[in-house]
Parts: sequence; C-alpha cells; structure tokens
Amino acid sequence: MRIHEYQAKQLFAKYGIPIAASKVAASPDEAVAAATELGFPVVMKAQIHAGGRGKGGGIQRVKNEREAREAAARILGKPLVTPQTGPEGRIVHTLLIESASNISQELYLGMTIDRSNRAITVMASVAGGVDIEETAKTNPDAILKETVDPLLELRPFQAFRLAHRLGLPVKTARGVAKLVRSLYKLFRELDCSLAEINPLAITSAGEPIAIDAKVNLDDNGLFLHPELKELRDLNEEDPREVEATAVNLNYIKLDGNVGCLVNGAGLAMATMDLIKHVGAAPANFLDVGGGATAEMIEKGVHILVEDPDVKAVFINIFGGILRCDVLAEGVVAAAKKLDIRVPVIVRLEGTNVEAGREILNQSDMEFGTARDLREAAEMVAAAVEVNT
Amino acid sequence: MSILINQDTRVLVQGITGNEGRFHTEQMLEYGTNVVAGVTPGKGGQVVQNVQVFDTVAEAVQETRANASIIFVPPAFSADAILEAADAGIDLVVCLTEGIPTNQMLAVRAHLDRIDTQLIGPNTPGLISPGQCKLGVMAGYIHQPGAIGIISRSGTLTYEVVHQLTALGIGQSTCVGIGGDPIIGLSFSELIPMFQEDPNTQGIVLIGEIGGSAEEEAAQLIAQQIDKPVVAFIAGQTAPPGRRMGHAGAIISGGSGTATAKIEALQAAGVNVAASPAEIGTLMAAQL
Repeated sequence: MRIHEYQAKQLFAKYGIPIAASKVAASPDEAVAAATELGFPVVMKAQIHAGGRGKGGGIQRVKNEREAREAAARILGKPLVTPQTGPEGRIVHTLLIESASNISQELYLGMTIDRSNRAITVMASVAGGVDIEETAKTNPDAILKETVDPLLELRPFQAFRLAHRLGLPVKTARGVAKLVRSLYKLFRELDCSLAEINPLAITSAGEPIAIDAKVNLDDNGLFLHPELKELRDLNEEDPREVEATAVNLNYIKLDGNVGCLVNGAGLAMATMDLIKHVGAAPANFLDVGGGATAEMIEKGVHILVEDPDVKAVFINIFGGILRCDVLAEGVVAAAKKLDIRVPVIVRLEGTNVEAGREILNQSDMEFGTARDLREAAEMVAAAVEVNT
Repeated sequence: MSILINQDTRVLVQGITGNEGRFHTEQMLEYGTNVVAGVTPGKGGQVVQNVQVFDTVAEAVQETRANASIIFVPPAFSADAILEAADAGIDLVVCLTEGIPTNQMLAVRAHLDRIDTQLIGPNTPGLISPGQCKLGVMAGYIHQPGAIGIISRSGTLTYEVVHQLTALGIGQSTCVGIGGDPIIGLSFSELIPMFQEDPNTQGIVLIGEIGGSAEEEAAQLIAQQIDKPVVAFIAGQTAPPGRRMGHAGAIISGGSGTATAKIEALQAAGVNVAASPAEIGTLMAAQL
C-alpha cells in the first residue's frame, strides 16, 4: 500500500527522523494560513501517489502570501500530470506546506527487500535528487549498498560505513548513520516494502534532514498494524478497483477491449498474454482467486460488462478449489440480471467441469464455449473482430 | 522416480483441525498420500480422518517419524509453524499460506539456509509426484505419472500446463509450485539440478512470471549444467509496469524483471520459450 509524503513524514517524526516544520492544507485559505504561521519562505508540495511532482509543477517555493495563494489555487483540485501519472494526471486534494531548508548537499537514501539476496538492502548515493533513477541505470556504481543479514539485523557499523563511504565529514556521517538506523527500525517495525528519502539533505550546519519521504507498506503486513490501514487514500485508486477489492476480487483496469475473468494470478496474466497473442488486447486483469463464490463471480462479470471499453468477455477457469459448477452458476446469475450486449466466451476445465458445462448449456443464454485454450483464443479473436 | 517426495514420504499436516486442513487431508489420503500425523496446538489426542492429532510437531515426529510437513495455518502463525517444523527435524516443509508478511519470511529463509530443512512456498498449491504422493491442494486427477518435471511460480497456470501434457499422453515425474511471494524456499535454481539428476525425468517445464530475477538466474544455470530439454513460459508479457498482479512477487520495477528480459535470458540459454500459453504442451512434446 502506498501512502502520501505527509503521512510518511508523520511516521518519520515518531521515529525521530529529522523533518522540516510543516502543515497540511486542503484549500488556498488553509494554505496561506499554514504558510504564514510557519513563516516564509515555504515549499508547497502536491500530495499524490506518484513521483516526478517537481517536473509537473506540483512543488513550488513561495516567498509571500500572494504567491502562496496563487500557487495553492493553481495546484489544488486540479489534475497534476507527472512522468509517472499518465496523461490524465491525478487530482490534488492536499498540499503539504513546509518551511524551506537551508541545503548544502542532496543525498539519496533508500531501503527495500532485495529478492535475489533475500535480504533488506540499504542504498545511498551522493547523486541525490530528481535524477536518481537515471543514475541507477547509467552509473550503478554511484549507488552504494549495504545488505542486512536478516538474523543479525542492521548493525551500527554498517550504517556508519555507508555514511562514511559517501565521503561525508565524520560528524555529518554520524548524523546520517543515526538516521539510517531510525529508518531501518521504522521499516522493520511497520512491515514496509520500501522506504526512501530523496533527497536526504545536509543543511549548512551539517545536519541531515528528510526533504522528501516515500514509504510503501507490505499489504501482507497490514493486519499487524490496523492503525496504518487508515492511511489508505481511496481518491488515489480507480473506483472499479475499489469496488472489486471490497468483494475480495483482484481487478486492474487496462486499456484493451477484451474483458477477462480468471482464477489465479498466473493464469490471469497468461490469459492476458493469450489475448494479445491473437491480436486483441485485454481490458483488465481480474483474478477471482481460488475460493470464489457464485456471488463473487457475478460481481466480477458485472464489473466487466459495465466497462464501456469491453467488446467481448472471456471467462477462463481452471477449477481446483473453485469448482466449475459454482463458476457456471455465478455466470448464469449475472447474465440473467444484466443486459449483456457483448459476446461471452467461456472456457472451463478442472473440478466438476461436466456439471459446469451442463449449467451453461441449460441456461437460455448464448455463451461461446471453448474446449481448450487454443480454441478459446480463436473465438475471442473472432468475437472482437466482428464487434468492433 | 521423482524429486523431493515419493510413496515413502511420511506426511504431517500442521493445522489439520481447521476447515482447509481437514478437507485437504481427506483429499491427500484419497490420492494415496501417506499422512501419518496432524498437529494443532491444544487439539492433541483428537483424530481427524483416522489421523492422530498432536499438540506439537516435535511430539508428532517422535511418535510417527513424519519427514514432511504441509502447513494450513493463518498468515499470522505461518512463519512460526515453518520454524517449528524445521526445529523438529522435518526434511521438507510445504507452506501453502497466502499473505505472510514478507519481513517475517526474511528471517525464516535465512535460518533455513543454515540447516538441512527445505521449504516449498509459501503461497503455493504445493507439489505432487503423480501416482505416488500429493502434498498440496491441486486436483490429483489431471496428473499422470511420467517423465516431465514442472516448476512453476503460479497455481492454476500449472494445472493448465499439466492438463495440456496429460491430454497429449505425456506424464509428469514431479510438479512443484514454488510459490508467488517475494521470499520463498526452493526456487528454480535449486530444483532444476534435482530434475537433471533424477533418472526418470526426461524434460523440464519452467513456468515463470514477471518480477524478481529467479528466471534469469535459472537461465544461467541451465546454460552451464543442464542437458535435458527445457521449455518455458513467462506470464505477464502484457502486464503494465509497477502494478501488483495478485502475486506479491509479480511486480515489475524499473527495467529488471520484465517478461522480455526473462525470455531473452532463457532463449540465450537454449530454452524453448512458448509465445502463447496454449502452446506449452505441444512445445514440450516436440522436444521428446
């Protein structure tokens, strides 16, 4: 789960990670009041779940009330387009207003779970700032790393060594090492999947301060931290995805025209690949999971046929725990309630497949039924061609 | 022959008194799996499907000489269940649980690296040596004993591939679901050499997914050590970057872990990579 910068900074404050004085605002009036209270100059930062905000004009340094009001009015309530949002951008609902810091150097600090090392890797670089991803590609040696042994945890010497290798004066390196240890503690205690500070600034007094904050929480760990679930911002998610999550369906909207409903994430991705392979494009990813009920299937079909982009629906189920007769009941129930105007192709295999096929055949609905994947693919291709 | 499990495997079920544990114990027994014990703390002395239940794994191992365990317990207790099985000297632990916090799995995996216990999963349907032993929740009847080893990161897609092979009259030696989580036990690189050494396995199917670098590492190993034919498929060629596709593991970030990178690495190692998931079975058939 992603959270906003201002939420991440609230967590930072609890863990003693230095941040600038700041306030949150949802209107130009609030923004001006917050800026006045903090004292100019301040930096106003659009709160959306995407990076590259500076490049899109979502981060503004302002020197007085007039500039603050203008900047807030320009950003709030409007879509912010950054290299990571796509052309439609994201609507900005919240501004973080922060006292401007006196910066002499910008570093990068990040930590994540490195799957190939099966360990948390801490990364730091003197090439902090907006182009760190470019640096990672063109000059990977500029990013220094420390791998944490999971049974030993991050040792103090590792934190200091990392800071020292950045070439910082010893006093500053000690401050950075302390911050690294605090961030690691936060990462472990809150079950994060990513924690990143870019830039991590060194002030003219030689002290580190977190200018930005990015924290991703491991969805699997959220049950351990009910208070962190409150940080979810539904404004940042596609409404159809929110609707699907509410009934335990895993749905992601894509830009093609074949709606697909599949059990299992791997088979769902393979089904999308199959659709692409025959020259069409998937309109979504929809995994109904292993233990789907007839109601969940019905809801899934509902979400698909409501999507105006969908020109054909492909249901691909390999029954295991999810039985084919349960699936077929859900599909028929959905078809009875909904006015389905697009062709529906069903491919069933696995547990209770004969009973499932029988339910589909007995219904008054017109389903295209395929025996295997190859046949299903051809039927999908033909359906899309006729219908577009 | 097979790898990891066979007709002599003595199976213990952790969480045997829950709904899932009870149902799949029945299914495994029906398939012919030698289930010798169950464990649920506080339920010792009960009997489930004629299987004796114990309070602790140590006690169950002592009484029944169980050497493999399958875990059906909720995410909050699964990491501990794996460690309990390892501590009791179980050789092979299969953890089906979906949703274990990744931070908890880091220490578990690091500990297992220092001892002899091997882990399959978590977030897997388990593994099966057709006709001998089913240690998982897959439908047994789609499998057929034979000579193809399958290693897969996904569940239902594995069933699809097994079904294609069986329909072509090609049986399987062992099918292993390695699990879809970021931190897992045995991976492609550890299982491929086992199939290479198994005299009964004549070909290997790898089913990978976007995210991580396990397929790239496997490709390197295949190029150096494997002379049996290998067929592969990578799911997620059309997935958009940065989105989580159900499996915690299936996230592409940056340039690494993309389907293209994995396919190129495998092809460079001489692996036949299926372009469409409908062609995996026929591609393997053509190699035999």
